[in-house]
Amino acid sequence: MASESTTSNPFATVLSTEAQERLSNRKLAPDAKKPDEFIIYFAQWHTTFRLAELQALAEIEGVGKMEILKYSEQSPYAIVKLEHPEKANVLIRRSILAKSIFELWGSGTDYPTIHEDVCKRIQGWWSDDFYKLPFKFEIECFLGKRPGDQHRNLVESFSYISLDGPIRMKNADLQFAVMEEYSFDNSVNPPRAFDSPDLILLGRQIGTGNRSAALKYDLKKRPYIGTTSFDAELTLVTANIALCGPAKLAYDPFAGTGSFLIACSHYGSISFGSDIDGRQVRGKKNRSVVGNYQHYNLKSFFGDVFTADITNSPVRPGLQFLDSIVCDPPYGVREGLKVLGNRDPTKTKEVIYRDGTPRHLQPDYVPPKKPYSFVQMLDDILDFSAEHLVDGGRLVMWMPTANEDLVEFGRPSHPALEEVAVCIQSFNKWSRQLLAYRRRNKDEIDMKAWEERRENKKYVASKDQKESVDELNFFRKKYFEGFKSKEAAEAAEASGDAVEQLEVEKLNLKDA
Amino acid sequence: MKLLTANFITCSVKSCQSVTPALSFRDAELAREEIDFSPLFLRNILPRIDWPLLQRTAKELGFPALPETKPELSPIAEGDEEGVGSEEEQKLLKELHSLLLETSVQSGKLVCANCGHEYPISQGIANFLLPNHLV
Repeated sequence: MASESTTSNPFATVLSTEAQERLSNRKLAPDAKKPDEFIIYFAQWHTTFRLAELQALAEIEGVGKMEILKYSEQSPYAIVKLEHPEKANVLIRRSILAKSIFELWGSGTDYPTIHEDVCKRIQGWWSDDFYKLPFKFEIECFLGKRPGDQHRNLVESFSYISLDGPIRMKNADLQFAVMEEYSFDNSVNPPRAFDSPDLILLGRQIGTGNRSAALKYDLKKRPYIGTTSFDAELTLVTANIALCGPAKLAYDPFAGTGSFLIACSHYGSISFGSDIDGRQVRGKKNRSVVGNYQHYNLKSFFGDVFTADITNSPVRPGLQFLDSIVCDPPYGVREGLKVLGNRDPTKTKEVIYRDGTPRHLQPDYVPPKKPYSFVQMLDDILDFSAEHLVDGGRLVMWMPTANEDLVEFGRPSHPALEEVAVCIQSFNKWSRQLLAYRRRNKDEIDMKAWEERRENKKYVASKDQKESVDELNFFRKKYFEGFKSKEAAEAAEASGDAVEQLEVEKLNLKDA
Repeated sequence: MKLLTANFITCSVKSCQSVTPALSFRDAELAREEIDFSPLFLRNILPRIDWPLLQRTAKELGFPALPETKPELSPIAEGDEEGVGSEEEQKLLKELHSLLLETSVQSGKLVCANCGHEYPISQGIANFLLPNHLV
């Protein structure tokens, strides 16, 4: 790119002699500063999950401290500063929600300021050889558009960088992108983007994410699925936030058809799963959890599946052996929220015989199950995780909430677990939240609080309850009532059109 | 059910959980399936293994005796990202890999030495659900 006359180019800027001199000096100083700020280009999708995933990846890939210099859920561009920038190229290699990562070469609110910033930053980064490599330039605009006839001028305004190599549109060694972020003018109707961008970034691409994994594991192409199988993209994000990886153990106590197990194994964890419903984990001949592992060629990362109930778990008490626990606990909507035991507490606790042999030893025996409280179930998951995760291990679970309750009920907590991320996926009337916890190290835990929690639990368990499914599970009740708010319910009843109201709510639900 | 899994579990009955070791295999039909060897995984997992329990399980199923005490592995050398270690360690880890991850019980029972409850295993999947009188 030869430097051309700058007068005719509206994007170009006149550099000071000092800046020109600095740029022409391409000797790599022994103490040369390396770029340590990076642009992360995210998908503008599942925005509340992006940062949690990125932070988990920073931990997995060992980039050290990651400072977030710019981040907004309204923008696909984030800027981070890394303690170990030499590992930046691998930071997002596992990412589902980040598309690519760029060295930040400059930023500005308009073209004169970005050019000034580029000149300041890049001096001493690279030697002459670097600038001789084949290169290409791309222009990315978010919410706005740059007319095609301006592209050439825009790219050439960066000609002072003096890239001496050939232009190559495919497989160029140096891939630059000019990223422009526009905002919307809401004062006009319909709102439209402003003519000039709010922010301009120049970056050199150094790595890409792994969004294609979401397609590879797409449920539509999976041999064995069920009504509770979880969207592939979000299971992979879950596994990332749970820090799954080679040489680690993952466990899903509500495995169902094994959606989370597959995601954890994709990243190299050996995964274990259990479910109170043995039919789900067993599957049928060729359609089973193991069958899915075979389909994806992940057999080496399959641990085991077994039939068990988390409230009567066979896992050895006190054994800290799991690196990650991931789950989407039953809400009681598509599947029953049940644990072992008889619905009627007055039923005898004696062995039942049929045809002279104990009923429970006969091969077709299915033990009785009783409805269970959703809140208690979440507490049990936290207790199980506190007991069985290794220090620093992660629990990542999903929790549904009616939108009006998002503030009201709060989130479950445990003295041995530190909340590290909360991400929300919103539907029309309800949301589901991803809650991530880190198992604290022994010396960080308030042991007295943990002991009190245990005592309290014993007390609650000692009271035999006989409650209906709706009393035990607020979310289920609201779901089947169509998430009517209190006021709406009362108003509807007063005007006598409660039935019609319910129909409308049901329709809305379908949209969700 | 793999022998690794068997090492992490015990009887589901609450009153048996403080007693060690509780479960033994009975009428076990074994299967072996080759899977990729990851020395690093075994290094990570070894500290989490109950060695006396593994020794007992191996003996019950008729495998050659394991070392008296849990082997102590030397820390992996710098640059050895796969955790291969010395030749001797490599051999040991391979044996453990074969026992813990490649061997599984396809059918049979797990029996609690304390309460006598039997947990059936069929198609490689164990069932730890309890009847009402044991919950």
